[in-house]
Amino acid sequence: MKARAFSYFRAATIDQALDAHARAGDDARFIAGGQSLVPALSLRLQAPRLLIDITHIDELRGVRREGGYLRIGALTRHCEMLSEPLIAEFAPLLHAAAPFVAHPAIRNRGTFGGSVALADPASEFPAMTLALDAEIEIAGPSGSRRVKADDFFLDLFETALQPGELITAVHVPLFKADQRFAFDELARRRGDYALVGCGMLATFKNDRVDDIRISFFSVGNTPTRVKGAEATLIGSSLDAERIAAAQAALEGDLAPPDSDEVPPAMRLHIARVLLGRLLGRLGEGA
Amino acid sequence: MTAPLTSLDRPNSYIGRSVPRPNAKRLLAGRGRYISDLKLPRMLHAAFLRSPHAHAKIVSIDVGAARALEGVHLVATGEDLAKICTPWTGTLDHFKGMTSAPQLPLPLDRVVWAGQAVVAVLAESRAIAEDALELIEVDYEDLPLVVDIDGAREAGGPVINPGSANNICFRSHLDSGAVDDAFAQAAHVVEEEFSFGRHTAVTLEPRAIVADYDPAAGALTVHHATQTPYQFQDLYSRHYGIPEARVRVIATDIGGSFGMKLHVYHEDMAVVGLSILLGRPVKYVADRIESFVSDIHARDHRVRARMALDAGGDILAVDVLDLTAIGAFSTYPRTSVVEGNQVIRLIGAPYRFRNYRATLEVIFQNKVQTSQYRAVGHPIACAVTERLVDMAASKLGLDPFAIRAQNVIADDAYPQTSPTGYRFEALSHQACLKRLHELMDYDGLRAEQAELRKRGVYRGIGIATFVEITNPSPAFYGVGGARISSQDGAILSLTPSGEVRCLISVTEQGQGTEAIIGQIVADQLGIAQDHVKVITGDTEVTPHGGATWACRGAGIGGETALQATRALKRNILEIAALILQEQPSALDIVDGEVVDAVTRNQRMPIAEIARIAYFRSDTLPPGTQAQLTVSHHFAPQGYPFAFTNGIQGCSLEVDVETGFIKVLKHFIVEDCGRVINPMLVDEQLRGGIVQGLGAALFEECRYSETGQLMNGSLADYLVPMPMEMPDIVIAHVETPTADTVLGAKGVGEAGTAAASACVLNAVNDALAPFDTTINSIPITPVKVLKALKRF
Repeated sequence: MKARAFSYFRAATIDQALDAHARAGDDARFIAGGQSLVPALSLRLQAPRLLIDITHIDELRGVRREGGYLRIGALTRHCEMLSEPLIAEFAPLLHAAAPFVAHPAIRNRGTFGGSVALADPASEFPAMTLALDAEIEIAGPSGSRRVKADDFFLDLFETALQPGELITAVHVPLFKADQRFAFDELARRRGDYALVGCGMLATFKNDRVDDIRISFFSVGNTPTRVKGAEATLIGSSLDAERIAAAQAALEGDLAPPDSDEVPPAMRLHIARVLLGRLLGRLGEGA
Repeated sequence: MTAPLTSLDRPNSYIGRSVPRPNAKRLLAGRGRYISDLKLPRMLHAAFLRSPHAHAKIVSIDVGAARALEGVHLVATGEDLAKICTPWTGTLDHFKGMTSAPQLPLPLDRVVWAGQAVVAVLAESRAIAEDALELIEVDYEDLPLVVDIDGAREAGGPVINPGSANNICFRSHLDSGAVDDAFAQAAHVVEEEFSFGRHTAVTLEPRAIVADYDPAAGALTVHHATQTPYQFQDLYSRHYGIPEARVRVIATDIGGSFGMKLHVYHEDMAVVGLSILLGRPVKYVADRIESFVSDIHARDHRVRARMALDAGGDILAVDVLDLTAIGAFSTYPRTSVVEGNQVIRLIGAPYRFRNYRATLEVIFQNKVQTSQYRAVGHPIACAVTERLVDMAASKLGLDPFAIRAQNVIADDAYPQTSPTGYRFEALSHQACLKRLHELMDYDGLRAEQAELRKRGVYRGIGIATFVEITNPSPAFYGVGGARISSQDGAILSLTPSGEVRCLISVTEQGQGTEAIIGQIVADQLGIAQDHVKVITGDTEVTPHGGATWACRGAGIGGETALQATRALKRNILEIAALILQEQPSALDIVDGEVVDAVTRNQRMPIAEIARIAYFRSDTLPPGTQAQLTVSHHFAPQGYPFAFTNGIQGCSLEVDVETGFIKVLKHFIVEDCGRVINPMLVDEQLRGGIVQGLGAALFEECRYSETGQLMNGSLADYLVPMPMEMPDIVIAHVETPTADTVLGAKGVGEAGTAAASACVLNAVNDALAPFDTTINSIPITPVKVLKALKRF
């Protein structure tokens, strides 16, 4: 398993990176942590002429508050999701999801922006941007823009990113005192892609759910918000009856794909179990 | 506070002591020398184009563009290699009636599994070789597929080997008689069909080889990550027509093997041929994806079995049909029928009953070959036996410990011969059962289980007794015509400085063979272990022997080292006696010093004897010729195998909503005879158990209906990882074999032998309140949820 030969360019600025991509006639890939791209190169599933290394672009680094948002630079490593105090305080759902992302060696290199850009439907972070109502900041040949996570994930490994565009940061609304979150996944082994995973963020008013966003991963072609289940929970105190209703609503929200290992009906079943357990935790103040 | 003195308080008493492996630090420091590290001048790299079809005719191969690529030195097909390599056939004479088609390094006109190597490219780098693979065009014509066991046995269905009437490789039948009568008279019968998934070894270091043919000398050197360099020296010599003395196989550091690295692989044979064709060194290292589709797989059995018992719970008879599918060929030179053969011969082995009948059918299919992998056949025999015993216990209302205590062969009843013909010298089932009961706090676990069930927590407790085959004599392979040695050889020298060099035929793959051989030599001679250097794995240097497989390294290699050391010691003391004007019998060696045998007073260092013998032989009495190098061979005699035994226990929890299983704790009481190095024995047991737990819960080579391996990567094929593994508690009973001075038997496969059976019983124990059972391995969440009808 050796990659086909490619050229390599280390960009110092976003503009240099975008320019190099354009000059390669878009037969290029940006590389940061490389935790998905390098295996794909070795397997010759991808063979671009040019790799553009973006890891030395300072503008892509750093985590800071910007208004009502936490701006998480695209190069923020998975391990920093665990160690960065601003994330623990203002985006605790990401902090809670991080230990489930692969293994320490992968977390040391893999980047948050890279994970969102790849949009693996089995990955934790892309799904959590949905639960967090995050916005994806994108730089491209025609300038910079922000796309809501809800509008970002289009199909299997397909996102709103256009050829030659680059994620520069993800903006996450600051966690508030009246909010609660929960995260868990069912993986055969710790660090594996989950059979089903779920994260949720809820705003409470007088101990009742005022707003809730629930996002699943490993359930289809994209990370998936379960709006039917969310709707059943508005105004509830997360009692057993309403939790059961939310679990039942999943049937309309999810259409798990067929796989040789996990039949769709089983995936739906364990998604229900996981949802029930997480809502139970949320009700207890998670 | 002082404990009583034991034999371990003697100086140089290494047998029975947990001595760290001398090579551990070197390997941990990254100073190991694996095949991947090897770079020879003018070395080329091989890559193989593999068949995407499980069964197809090769219509044409166009290699023109690949040959033209810069950096490519050779593109070779089956025909090129068939000109210089004679075919091989994976049969042995003692398996009467078995058949298998002849094999060549690369196929001539037909592929028989998806992933089979078809074309070889040699280039200046592996990357260039892989570039060239993309330029090769092969035209295939699909042939009818044989994928599953039922399809393979279907009358009138497709047949893999042209000219054969069916897809049967081998049939075997055992019948002690009176089985039908026993079942007719039985008060209770339990019956079940079991299935065991295919899995594979997944060594940390994949298969790797560098072949280096020197046409000027007519000599072949092969650096080969293998357990069995002598076997390969013989095979390369005979299949490529090179005199044995001009074939050298060097097995350097090896990152795990588990039985996987002792079979002939098509790529390895091809690499030797490619080196001969070009007269240049050729390296091939299987990548992980290639390993999954070309390393041997194992298991893949479907067993229907029933057990008859009398009203009191005594086992009366067992009746078994084992169907196993082995791929398109039987593996060479050890065949692919040994596993099935051991399944039907080991079923019921711990127990007293006399009526046994078994049929084995070994079947060809369009998948990669299966063959011997750690604990060959044992996990299947053990799971079938122990599950039937638990089913019987549940039917009779007996506790799992009680029914086993009632039925195992008593410790004082040996020797015994099993209904399948295995001869047991001395086993300790009763002692092991008793010890496990205490070790796992069985009564405590049962009380906790009952308490938790009230709260909807479903724990299961499982136990499994086992018998393991170790120390094989020529009855294993030699009688079948295989040139696979069951003896070992050692050459020991006292160096001029008074240290010892030990060249021995057993090999090291990371399990600590060199450590225990060093312990035995140091212990038996009476010197510090760091004064012993053990050298293994080079056919030019080390004497011919069986090397390491079937749990023979400690028992046979260890005895070889012991006897060789005693011979060297006699020679040293003879010279010492001449110098000291004593009788040799009045002298001994302790800590590198010749001492008075009675008073233990120091007389002279053995280094001084070496100095005199090597440099001042003129000062010795005339006619004295000091023999400070000895060679010694040892072949096992007496019992054909040294059987060992033990029992495992497991406590686990089943999440009945998700189907996930958490193993909480695992226990083993094991009897491998004399324990040479308790630490290494315990870690062998732990490693073996972990591999068994992998088989029980995670590992399976999953195939599509078209014969494609669906999960051939480490992301999809789940090997057991530390987070999911329980603590493993170990205890020993020691029943040394009287066939050797050392008394050691094998231990490397004991953990794997019973771990999956134990888990199977524990899961079924946990599911007991739901009136459902699982009899298929691996036990995945989907199987648990299906059994519980949750979706």
